[in-house]
Amino acid sequence: MKDKLHKWLFTLPVTIYSILLILLPLVYIFIISFFKSDSYGGMITTFTLSNYIQLFDMVYMRIFMQSIIIALVVTFICILIAYPFVLAITHKNARIQKILITLVMVPFLTNSLIRMYGFVVLLRKSGVVNTFLLGLGLTNNPLKLMYNNLGIIIGMVYTLLPFMILPLYSSVSSINKSLLEAACDLGANKRKTFFRVILPFTKPALFNGSLMVFTPALGYFFIVDVLGGGKIMILGNLIKNQFLTARNWPFGASISVFLLLITFIIIGIYRKTGGKLEDLG
Amino acid sequence: MKNNKVLDNIWLTLVFIFLFLPIAILIIFSFNKSRLNIMFTGFTLDWYKELFNNSVLLEALINTLIVAVISTVISTVIGTISAYGLKKYDFKGKKLINELLYIPIVIPEIVLGISLLCIYSFMKLELGMFSLILSHIAFSIPFVIINVNSAIESMSANLEEAAADLGASKFKTFFHVVLPSLMPGIVSGAGLAFTLSLDDVVISYFTAGPDSNTLPLQIFSMIKSGVTPDVNALITVLLLMIFTGIFIYMSISLRRIKREGV
Repeated sequence: MKDKLHKWLFTLPVTIYSILLILLPLVYIFIISFFKSDSYGGMITTFTLSNYIQLFDMVYMRIFMQSIIIALVVTFICILIAYPFVLAITHKNARIQKILITLVMVPFLTNSLIRMYGFVVLLRKSGVVNTFLLGLGLTNNPLKLMYNNLGIIIGMVYTLLPFMILPLYSSVSSINKSLLEAACDLGANKRKTFFRVILPFTKPALFNGSLMVFTPALGYFFIVDVLGGGKIMILGNLIKNQFLTARNWPFGASISVFLLLITFIIIGIYRKTGGKLEDLG
Repeated sequence: MKNNKVLDNIWLTLVFIFLFLPIAILIIFSFNKSRLNIMFTGFTLDWYKELFNNSVLLEALINTLIVAVISTVISTVIGTISAYGLKKYDFKGKKLINELLYIPIVIPEIVLGISLLCIYSFMKLELGMFSLILSHIAFSIPFVIINVNSAIESMSANLEEAAADLGASKFKTFFHVVLPSLMPGIVSGAGLAFTLSLDDVVISYFTAGPDSNTLPLQIFSMIKSGVTPDVNALITVLLLMIFTGIFIYMSISLRRIKREGV
């Protein structure tokens, strides 16, 4: 009797939670993505595919392409910054490594919107960077550093960089030192060691990091709002607008389902290639 | 293997400048006489004084902290017993639950945010403090479970058996044996939940109501209409608190590294 109570107490909360706050909401948006919207922001409960057909409209297709390109560029830049950075850290001793990795985390303990506001102060037309460059005479006209794709990419790279650095760091630091020495002893130069030893070894971490950078980059509407200046849209802005401005929930839901589909396909590939879900936390 | 130390250090310096510049600039301008965040014209503490008179900003800060504390406590309790329960017991649908728990971690936040918004509207739940806290609990629990799980993995099964052999009840074993040995995982899970709650913009944006304005949401609307420098002052105060926390954490863990002689 008491054992049964013990079992219930330890398994019932998680069951209720995962059904009520994860499964049900997702099933619900899947269902309403087949509803029709009326002109007052309400929904008509009929079955229609028109929300999905609407996705193929050129206007929306352009936004999808734009989001995917931005997310790919952001992921690529994060890899380019993180790889040499992580290698440089692992060349230090254990104590300094611990300090540097904690330092990477520090800015991310402040709110991401606060950091985006910091970028506004730095990058706007009369911002710190432009004032500095004009003062030094390096440029005659202020550079356009935000309210364009450049601003969005800077903001996203900044926000998502630790998600690339952390898995890469734990992977690179677990490479057995003698493996690298062996490569060196066998006459491999640094470049060869990197491409033949380090890169293959860290491939799972690289994929893990890319996943954790790419998917959020499709949805972070507030970075685009703050640094993109309102003209550029990604999937996240489109969803937000359908729910809060246009109040066309069924269409917003169909875009969300589309975004979920992209995510699940990427995760499917990740798991097929031997990646584990546990490593994604 | 020889490494190019100079190149290493240049790259490390550049990346750290990139990481800290947007924050450093806000701290510097919190002491700036000029209202415009462009040039440093002189030192002042006026913005700190003004901060204490800005009730909108302070209320948003208090809301943020209330949401973070309550959602952290609840998600840590539920996450801890869930991680233990999922490890110890087999039951129908456990496999599905284990998969579902990864969804909030891997899907874009915006999808979780709008799906919660939809389900609240379906259940006729009015948006406000309650819906906001519930949403924060929803995205925090999986992170707590993952952290506690890794502590469970490293816990010896003999410990529980020994307690049972000595006649301890299951509940007694959990509170006196299991819980203490899971503490490091629970603490890091709670820390993560707290940070995630403080940092959240996207999910709060969809699930907060008019009475539950949080600091990120307040700053978001201010960026559109114009940010006053007392925001810089507030950010500086917050950073000071965070740095103190990190400093304590670092000095404890560095001492441990030294002691263990890694």
